[in-house]
Amino acid sequence: MEYPTVEGAVLPKSERSGRQVRDHASSQSDMRHRLLTHNRKQLIENASGKVITRVCAALLIVMTLSITYFIASKGLATFFINKVSVADFLLGRLWDPEGEPASFGVLPFLLGSFAVTVIAACIAAPLGIGTAIYMTEIAPSFGKKVLKPVIELLVGIPSVVYGYVGLTLLVPLLRAQFDILGFSLLAGGIVLAVMILPTVTSVATDAIAAVPQDVRNASLALGATRWQTIWHIVLQSALPGCLTAVVLGMARAFGEALAVQMVIGNTTNLPSSLLGPISTLTSGITLNMGNTIPGTPYHNALWSMALLLLCMSFFFILVIRILGRKKLVK
Amino acid sequence: MQDRLATAVLTLFAVLIIGLLLGLVGFILSKGLHKLNWDFISSPPEIVKAGGGVGPQLFNSLYLLVLTMLIALPLGLGAGIYMSEYAPDNRFTRFIRLSMEVLSSLPSIVVGLFGLVVFVQMTGWGYSILSGALALTVFNLPLLVRVTEDAIRAVPQDQKEASLALGVTKWRTIVSVILPAAVPGIVTGAILASGRVFGEAAALLFTAGMSSPDLVFSNFDLSSPASPLNPFRPAETLAVHIWKVNSEGMVPDARAVADGSAAILVITVLMFNVCARWLSRWVFRRMTSGEA
Repeated sequence: MEYPTVEGAVLPKSERSGRQVRDHASSQSDMRHRLLTHNRKQLIENASGKVITRVCAALLIVMTLSITYFIASKGLATFFINKVSVADFLLGRLWDPEGEPASFGVLPFLLGSFAVTVIAACIAAPLGIGTAIYMTEIAPSFGKKVLKPVIELLVGIPSVVYGYVGLTLLVPLLRAQFDILGFSLLAGGIVLAVMILPTVTSVATDAIAAVPQDVRNASLALGATRWQTIWHIVLQSALPGCLTAVVLGMARAFGEALAVQMVIGNTTNLPSSLLGPISTLTSGITLNMGNTIPGTPYHNALWSMALLLLCMSFFFILVIRILGRKKLVK
Repeated sequence: MQDRLATAVLTLFAVLIIGLLLGLVGFILSKGLHKLNWDFISSPPEIVKAGGGVGPQLFNSLYLLVLTMLIALPLGLGAGIYMSEYAPDNRFTRFIRLSMEVLSSLPSIVVGLFGLVVFVQMTGWGYSILSGALALTVFNLPLLVRVTEDAIRAVPQDQKEASLALGVTKWRTIVSVILPAAVPGIVTGAILASGRVFGEAAALLFTAGMSSPDLVFSNFDLSSPASPLNPFRPAETLAVHIWKVNSEGMVPDARAVADGSAAILVITVLMFNVCARWLSRWVFRRMTSGEA
């Protein structure tokens, strides 16, 4: 809109021929008029276009704020209306919402969520970052032609399908191997690891590819082997980016609901062993939200668990932001 | 020696990932493909006996996808245009970026619960396709905005300047010069987003619901609950169906139904992916080698 508007080039034919009849002088002043005044229609269009797109963008803010508001207002009812203390809620080991007296300790769910997330990250981080190194440092053309599409396809597979494969393939396998039920912390961790692997890999690949080529050349010129260069130089400078990749993966793992719920067994005990069944925040919500009556303390406690999930999601974003700032300093 | 070892290990990782994809897809297809026939794809599910199909679920998934895109695409385009062409570097813009980050990393179940409060209960629609579509819009908007923004930024600056130099207004330039050039990128991104919508389940449990009324496909009365096109009826999608038959289904052939559904889901998502890839390559070739 800093550019003055000129019409004329877009005049329809009929109007043009009509004007040709007029005498020379008036056509000149007409031309001057057309060149030097604004086309009102286009000005309005120009201004409204900016406003409309701005509203669309502002909608993102509205969504974020209203999600926070609604989940928080529902989730805080446990503490304000049902008078459950925050400490009892977060640190209580007993989840018995229908007992007398009812007990709303979500520690089993919370620890379960953390445990599967950590296991998933422990499996996916080395694999993902390793593959990212392979794609950028060792075989770039093979990486670009084969690995990149493969990873993009893996991203696309719905999480329910991951859960289902876990249920039909992984759980029976664990059952046969370890003489247990099969539904376990380990199964959940593996399913999530496979699910977040593509995320970790692609973000880590971007981070490693962003390391300047000069740095590598300098290291190689000093006589370092390729591995020494990768380990001491490239990975060092790409570290914040690789950590971001892992945290992003963990955020996805922490919030995943159905895939996990299908393979972890869903008992509300504190997680005790790798091969025992557990529960997570997401699985607890998924399984009980539809079966409880709105307004009851039980139902409110589920909303509080959702609020907890939301807070964790904010926390992950905070970590990613801090890591991102580090990257800028380098 | 160390160098060799590291290379070997990393190669092993790469091979493992390829094996993982092939194994996963192979496993799903080998179990599900033989289940796929017209009868399974078109007939309604059974409640207690074997032999049901997934016809309504498949239709619901597609209808929900169309509805979601109808809502999300214009919004995403608008916000993407703003972020790439107008947004000044100020607090408002930074807040939008933060919101995008928050929205795209929210657990989908939380989005589903938000949909339950706002789109299901406050609007009074109950479990409905429209509620589901709105929840999925929340879920997908950040992705669409980012795709649009990237596509617009990739349009050469020269084209834009040429248009402005001719005296065309900024908005006209965006609509008739920049957007057409950005369309391929936007379409590719939108197709990938469609794949996500198609496979999403957790956000739909409490918005579109876990049941589907008996649909009469010849019924075009939008207000009738039996009409497949009625946006205010509950709708269970294919992805939700897979989860439901496994966790609370009563049909004896739950595994077989889930096998077939998973195969349909994976084939569809792969198709979306291949389409997006093919399209972007086709456009790239057209744009780089002139009018060939």
